[in-house]
Amino acid sequence: MIRTDFQSIILNLQSYWAQQGAVILQPYDMEVGAGTFHPATTLRALGPDDVWRAAYVQPSRRPADGRYGDNPNRLQHYYQFQVIFKPSPAESQALYLGSLKAIGLDPDAHDIRFVEDDWESPTLGAWGLGWEVWCDGMEVSQFTYFQQVGGIECHPVPLELTYGLERLAMFIQGVDNVYDLDWDGVPASDGGKIYGDIFKRAEIEFSGWNFEHADTDMLLQHFRDAEAECGRLLGLDKALALPAYDQCMKASHFFNMLDARGVISVTERAAYIGRVRALARGCCEAWIGADKAVSHG
Amino acid sequence: MADLLVELVGEEIPARMQTMAAQHFANAVQAALDGLGVWTGEATINGLCGPRHLAIYATGIAVAQPDRVIEKRGPRVDAPDAAIAGFVTSTGLPREALTEEDTPKGRFFFARSHVAGADTTALLGDVVADILTQFPWPKSQRWGRGSFRWVRPLHRINVVFDGQPLAGSFDLGDTQPMAFGATSCGHYFEAPDDISLVGVDSLDEFKRRLASAHVIIDQSDRRTAIIDGAKALAKDVGCTVDETQLGTYIQDIAGLVESPTALLGQIEDRFMQLPPELLQATIATHQKYITLQDQSGAFSPYFIVISNRQSDPARDQVIMAGNQRVLRARLADAEFFWQQDKKTRLDAYVPQLKAVTFYEGLGDLQAKAVRLEKLSSALAPYIDGCDGADAARAGYLAKADLVTGMVGEFPELQGIIGGYYARHDGEPDSIATAIAAHYRPQGPADDVPHTPTAKAVALADKIDTLVGFFGIGAKPTGSKDPFALRRAALGVIRIILDGKLSVPLQKLLDKAAENYGFAAVDDDVLPFIRDRLRVYLRDQNMRHDIVAAVLADAGGDDLRRMADETRSLAGFLENGDGLGLIAGWRRVSSMLAAEEKKAKHAFAATTDPALFNDIEHALHSALTGLPDSDAGFAAQLAALGDLRALINRFFDGIVVNDDDPAVRLNRLGLLAMIREKMQLVADFTKIEG
Repeated sequence: MIRTDFQSIILNLQSYWAQQGAVILQPYDMEVGAGTFHPATTLRALGPDDVWRAAYVQPSRRPADGRYGDNPNRLQHYYQFQVIFKPSPAESQALYLGSLKAIGLDPDAHDIRFVEDDWESPTLGAWGLGWEVWCDGMEVSQFTYFQQVGGIECHPVPLELTYGLERLAMFIQGVDNVYDLDWDGVPASDGGKIYGDIFKRAEIEFSGWNFEHADTDMLLQHFRDAEAECGRLLGLDKALALPAYDQCMKASHFFNMLDARGVISVTERAAYIGRVRALARGCCEAWIGADKAVSHG
Repeated sequence: MADLLVELVGEEIPARMQTMAAQHFANAVQAALDGLGVWTGEATINGLCGPRHLAIYATGIAVAQPDRVIEKRGPRVDAPDAAIAGFVTSTGLPREALTEEDTPKGRFFFARSHVAGADTTALLGDVVADILTQFPWPKSQRWGRGSFRWVRPLHRINVVFDGQPLAGSFDLGDTQPMAFGATSCGHYFEAPDDISLVGVDSLDEFKRRLASAHVIIDQSDRRTAIIDGAKALAKDVGCTVDETQLGTYIQDIAGLVESPTALLGQIEDRFMQLPPELLQATIATHQKYITLQDQSGAFSPYFIVISNRQSDPARDQVIMAGNQRVLRARLADAEFFWQQDKKTRLDAYVPQLKAVTFYEGLGDLQAKAVRLEKLSSALAPYIDGCDGADAARAGYLAKADLVTGMVGEFPELQGIIGGYYARHDGEPDSIATAIAAHYRPQGPADDVPHTPTAKAVALADKIDTLVGFFGIGAKPTGSKDPFALRRAALGVIRIILDGKLSVPLQKLLDKAAENYGFAAVDDDVLPFIRDRLRVYLRDQNMRHDIVAAVLADAGGDDLRRMADETRSLAGFLENGDGLGLIAGWRRVSSMLAAEEKKAKHAFAATTDPALFNDIEHALHSALTGLPDSDAGFAAQLAALGDLRALINRFFDGIVVNDDDPAVRLNRLGLLAMIREKMQLVADFTKIEG
């Protein structure tokens, strides 16, 4: 019997993808809005490796989605499981379906659909085509063939899979409230933990910070600082792509915080997104350029 | 003759693209085969598309191209030997094979070579390759290491001609070209084994082989299966399927399944208090389930899920339970907003509209609310039964729901939700209905608002938008109309015509401009609306020349009058008086044109009654007695109809070019008078034969 507690789902996904030849990484140690931001996806989608396979869990922060722990489906901090396979294998769909089986969701016992969903990240200057995968009407994953990242064409084309772990676990465990998810498979009487035991207080406190207390002047300054530092690192004679990209991720997160605080108007919003995209593009270009410099030098 | 089957197997094609893909594929193959000369008079072709299969099946294809004779003209027979020798070499024929023939330009050498037609099998590889390379997918992608773009990764290219696999391959820009095959595949889970296409000898046989592997490849077959399945289940619970409504989204359902099975679900009681429009949006639009209506026509708590699996009781339960849970979560979200939003009165949301930009340069939505309040009230006097204060209030509240949680989640319910909230706040029914309907009509198929207050607010919203965007120079150009201004203008036209409203449009455009603080309304707004009226009337099958004759007066802003006059004139020109009058008009205007050309000046419509004979007297007094526009267009046309006989008598009994120059001039003046009086009614110069 396959274990379906939250941590077992993660462990099973990791071991499944490890068996498929993926490098199992750990989460990137910065606040990001989605697993795609991890340099193992964003930058490695472009180079230098001709073959790159990786899988990792990434805590994702969406400040505006916080609901003070009241909403059974929405969180400002949640987990994505991210897989990137470059080049996309011919049997991509079969590999993916195999992963569902590995976590106790036998595709043959359900109604699985691939429903058109073109993916785009305006802040990363990235897009791809693919689907959201439905299991009995529930979206359980994003399935994307990357075409561009940082405005640069991907060659070869990577396959990106993103599992929204809470939602997937709720489906597998048959739970209607995210805070009721079994985390460890240990009974409460024996000190076992459910999702709410671990994250409820964080959701309440961070919602308060995101929506009410975050110092917007400070966030604005942080945004400008990150933007300036990113630009400076990219402008060096030998651009430092990775540290610059860290600053780009920071800028993106500060923008999300400012957005949650409601201090960015609709018209300004597009301008901010454009500024982050410019940083991302610069980092991606530097990443490829640095790669050339190394391989030729 | 033989059959041709081309089948492409790949990853899921978006539902919305499947119809286009099947049609394009069939058209492209037919055009290519026709171009090669192998499309016979008996040939047929069908395009078929499902999520993972895209195919054409053609019959009556020639197995080889017909032989052809290629004719080349060479030099003249008396040309230098070197030129003739050069020609002989270029043809590849022996000198004796040339013939000499006379042409209008002299006697020339001709070379005729017979070219045997190629076998069709030798041509098909290129046909397939060309079509694949140029397929017009709305969006396409690369995958793996390849450079070829397709809608989603393509896995197999099957080509079967005359029941036999065709050898060949297609270059994906990858390391290995993809070899053509004749092996299709069945439903991913129901029939994972390969299916041979060898020996397929009819469209039905092709469909049967796939169906035996649980793939219904023909879209119309899938639709039928879905509708039949849904109807049968609906009947079990005493409900019906609204097929008209289902027609608007069945493409989305049929494009997601290969093996449809209908399953019955039920909405929990607690959610049935939510507005039916909201239930419809959640269940049909977002989840792609089929909604039902009960015997009274009310929204039924039952709904139907179309699964992509063969029926299996245990699995069906699992599938339904999963779908019910998704729906419950979505409806719980909606219910949360429904209850949360109603804690605040709709009018208290209006100040929050300040934070939402209408459009850069056109202020925020709170300002729009205030403008709509004013303009709706200004429109009220022109709409029967419309209370000015009601219209103002409805205009003020119309946009308030845009900042509610519900519309944030379900943008397509804007207006409708505001209507519910207004009713909940105790606003009068007329106001709630107006808020709900003020975005209408949203497209050619959408109804116009019917209540007086709704008409006022709907008109105000569209006029405000038109005047605003024109005011900052954001006008539609060519096919680009990002702010849907054509739709707004058409909405104004349809509301006015449907409601038989006489609205002084120019005055209201001026008022709208004043609300924005513009110095004046942009000059192009009225012509733009009049131009849309022209298009609208032509779409109603009105003759373009009649529309042009009525809309000749560039300042006209009474849309209803212009539309009515177009209809009247069209009717008039269909009866004998009208046709006869047009004949008379042509004689008058062509004679005047000829005489004026000679005289090099126009004739004034002045006459001396002393010079008239009886016929002229009668015509003249009829002309002076013509009713003016106050009498109405129909009366004017009727009176013109009466002129017909008098004009005929004039031309039959009188020679205009009399020997007496004074009499001649007087008669030309009378003709000029006919022209002048008729032009006052409509621009008859625009009417074509």
